[in-house]
Amino acid sequence: MTTTTLAVLVPLLPFLGAAAGLLLGRTAPGFIRPLAVLPTLASLVLAAIVAVRQGGDEAVNAATELTPTGSIPIELALHIDGFAALVAVLVGLVASCVQIYSTGYLRDDPRYPSYAALVSLFTSAMLLVVYSGDLMVLLVGWEVMGICSYFLVGHYWETPEARAASIKAFLVTKLGDVPFLIGLFALATDAGSFRITKVLDAVAGGGLDHPTLIALLLLAGVAGKSAQFPLHTWLPDAMAGPTPVSALIHAATMVAAGVYFVARLLPVFEASQAAMVVLAVMAAVTMTGSALAALAQDDIKRVLAYSTIGQLGYMTGALAVGDRGAAVFHLLSHGAFKALLFLAAGVIIHAAGTNSLAAMSRMGHLRDRVPDAYWTMTVALLALAAIPPFSGFFSKESVLGAAEHVATGHTEHAPGAAGWLVLVAGLLTALLTAAYATRLWLLAFYGQGAEAPDHGRQPLTMNVVLWVLAVPSLAVGGLAYRVLPDWFDGRDLTPTLTTSVVGTGVALVGGIVTYAAWRHTTALAARVPLGAVAAHPEGDAALVEAEAIASHEPAYGDIAYAPDPADPGRLLLGPLHRHAAVGFHLDAVYSALFVRPVQAAATLVRFLDREVVETYVRGAGATPRALGWAVRRAQTGNVQTYVSALLAGTVVLVVAAVLVATGA
Amino acid sequence: MSLAAETHGFLSPTGVEIAFLLVGLVTFGAALVTVTTRQLVHAALWLVVTLGGLAVEYLLLTAEFIAWVQVLIYVGSVVVLLLFGLMLTKAPIGRSPDADSGNRWAALTVAVASAAALIWVVVDAFRTTWVDLDGPAAGSTEATGASLFQNWVLPFEALSVLLLAALVGAIVLSRKAKAESASPPVNSRAVSGGSPSVPDSRNHRIERKVPTSGTESTEPGGAR
Amino acid sequence: MHLAYPAVLSALLFCTGLYGVLARRNAILVLMSVELMLNAVNLNLVAFDVWLSRTAEETLHSGQALTLFTIAIAAAEIGIGLAIVLAVYRNRGTSDIDKLRDTAEGHEPEGADSDGDATAAEKAEATA
Repeated sequence: MTTTTLAVLVPLLPFLGAAAGLLLGRTAPGFIRPLAVLPTLASLVLAAIVAVRQGGDEAVNAATELTPTGSIPIELALHIDGFAALVAVLVGLVASCVQIYSTGYLRDDPRYPSYAALVSLFTSAMLLVVYSGDLMVLLVGWEVMGICSYFLVGHYWETPEARAASIKAFLVTKLGDVPFLIGLFALATDAGSFRITKVLDAVAGGGLDHPTLIALLLLAGVAGKSAQFPLHTWLPDAMAGPTPVSALIHAATMVAAGVYFVARLLPVFEASQAAMVVLAVMAAVTMTGSALAALAQDDIKRVLAYSTIGQLGYMTGALAVGDRGAAVFHLLSHGAFKALLFLAAGVIIHAAGTNSLAAMSRMGHLRDRVPDAYWTMTVALLALAAIPPFSGFFSKESVLGAAEHVATGHTEHAPGAAGWLVLVAGLLTALLTAAYATRLWLLAFYGQGAEAPDHGRQPLTMNVVLWVLAVPSLAVGGLAYRVLPDWFDGRDLTPTLTTSVVGTGVALVGGIVTYAAWRHTTALAARVPLGAVAAHPEGDAALVEAEAIASHEPAYGDIAYAPDPADPGRLLLGPLHRHAAVGFHLDAVYSALFVRPVQAAATLVRFLDREVVETYVRGAGATPRALGWAVRRAQTGNVQTYVSALLAGTVVLVVAAVLVATGA
Repeated sequence: MSLAAETHGFLSPTGVEIAFLLVGLVTFGAALVTVTTRQLVHAALWLVVTLGGLAVEYLLLTAEFIAWVQVLIYVGSVVVLLLFGLMLTKAPIGRSPDADSGNRWAALTVAVASAAALIWVVVDAFRTTWVDLDGPAAGSTEATGASLFQNWVLPFEALSVLLLAALVGAIVLSRKAKAESASPPVNSRAVSGGSPSVPDSRNHRIERKVPTSGTESTEPGGAR
Repeated sequence: MHLAYPAVLSALLFCTGLYGVLARRNAILVLMSVELMLNAVNLNLVAFDVWLSRTAEETLHSGQALTLFTIAIAAAEIGIGLAIVLAVYRNRGTSDIDKLRDTAEGHEPEGADSDGDATAAEKAEATA
């Protein structure tokens, strides 16, 4: 088969799997698990073959136009360069792992068929986005991901948190998608085509008339999808979905779509210095803010969610300094270790029966209950904290190196201010990342108190997946930075000495400080009893998680926060902790800025509708009523009145007739 | 015609005209009293005067047969019938304050307006028309009979059928009313001893138990 | 004789009857007024017949014949009319036309009550 055929099959197989799963879900439940896992695995294999064949050479381009679509043609186009090939492999890998993991995680879930089908559909959409060579087709995948995300976040729709989170995720990403769509149209209008290759040609030829406008419009969509400030607030709330969904959608793939999109169209953004600066500011604010917020979260998954936002900030930071190789490198390594982190967190939540770090810190020997999760999560956290030689170190250093490169003025791609901004924010975030990773690790695994409950071993499928994902987290980075430049732009990804030393240094400082703080506060844990565990510890992991999410707010007073004095994050953040726990009140700000004005406007509209418009409506009804009343009054039933009127009319007619007849 | 109109002005009325005018004034006045009096029985009696006055007018117009028919039918039977009706419906004797309905002013307006219109039209059209009353009477019994039985036989017979139908109809109406309500219209006052019993439908249900002699309820038909 | 005399008298009588029909409350008085109107028409017919029988060569005496018919029909009409009035009176206890308002829009039972009261009052007055 040609590479093109294989590449077409990559997104098609999960799509067919999803369709079959939705159709057969009720009639043939036995086929559901194979239908969920096998197409995804097959597309992983195919994606790998495509990647090998492509091999970093000339991009594979293929297009067919189904039907004429007016002045700007829309084509079913493939555009597979090194970025696309490798991201597709990552998507396939993570999706396969998540599908396998889900068979254990949602073992007893009655809605597993639709869940698995939606995950397959989601995978297919993401692969479509990755491979698509046409912006309209890309948009189709982009929107399908949005709706799948809505359904999957709302998987535990019995809980109000999940319902609210799914709607929020959908609306906030849509809020970005509207300007994104307009931006796409503007881009296609300027470039004369939706084909990415032609758009890039047009950009290279200086054919864009409104680069800043287009770039900013597109950035809105990217910020919504990739959870960048100020549209990131949906991602922490989306943790109300099942953990595999968080791993697939909200760590490895969907949020990566925004970054991938920018990487693909980077020349468009580079055409506007303003857009690059905006991107840099966005990245800097996102990464530092989210890292601070991550340090204050109590829900283990929300820690990881804010961590995801922060790591995405690194990627956008890399894009802001014009180095898409670094961005996609970090995307790849982050996809692997963040998926691992989420899946391991799912195991931990199942074992502990709670998603609260405060409660876990009061459980002894939790790490002995879940040794696989313990070890793999340690690896993943080290990668997250960018400790050499784990993969996160290399990818993050490539980002910081690129920023430093720009900051010192060695390139004309991006403004130097952006470089400094990204560099400083990146180093600060490296410190904070190490701190919250350490905090998470210590609180989850080194709790002291009653023995953690023993629910037996975790399902094999769940543990195997963890090790599969641990391999790239552990080893890939060191190999990749030598190989990847061949696939990417060819720019060197080797860590530079300065940033490596400084970055690793601040990471170590963060870790050590957190450890010290933990030592200081952990004694308090025994004195303040805290924690609630799920009511059905013997249930499957999904049930335990749903119960844990639902009980967090009643037990601790907030979805993200626990009044735990033994939390090292509280000591480290000081007065900032309270604000960081609620995401720096951004939701409250949105509520004040948008929700309340909209509600007030709705009240006004309702008032206008009830009192003004309806008055006209009532008037329209009342006028005929009054007329009818008058006519009814005439219907007295008195024959004499009727005859009087009749004869009066007759007289008038007769007089008129006579006058006419006599010609008067 | 024009010659006649020239020779006969309104300012030099003939004797017939004077008589017609005087009788007409009496007739019109009696008609006015008929429709305005508050005493119902008086209205019927003034109607007699009106109809009688009209009979005289017919005579003055040389329509003698019609005049006698007028006296016979109207004064003789119709007015008697109306008086029966007044009595049967227990019309109040003496002045009744509510003889006229609230429609009075509208009625007056309409009547005056139509009168004005009619008189205007009639006078405008027949101002100069002269009726020659000399010669053989136009409405003698002979002339009328000849005309009626030569030219109007079929309508005449049809009219007899109509009268039969009216007779039957009047009987049916009365009988039906009796079968449904068995009301004692004539004797109710006597039977109930002048009590203010109201023979309306609601009270009547109760009074049904009292055996009454309501056989005279067919009387209107019979009287005809 | 000028034709205008009987014609004007006829018109006046007709309008008098018209007024009576429209203004009188008692149904029998209304019937009387109808008789007035019919007689006005009769006078008209006779007057014109006399005029035409003098002017035309040949005449059918249609005016007089129609007058006779009208008189007969009026007699029939008065019989039927009185029968109806009596039936109404028996059922309703009144022969006042403006109280027979069943066809009124929004006819309420309350109106029937007031009818009954009015009839009772009238009755009491009549018997007094």
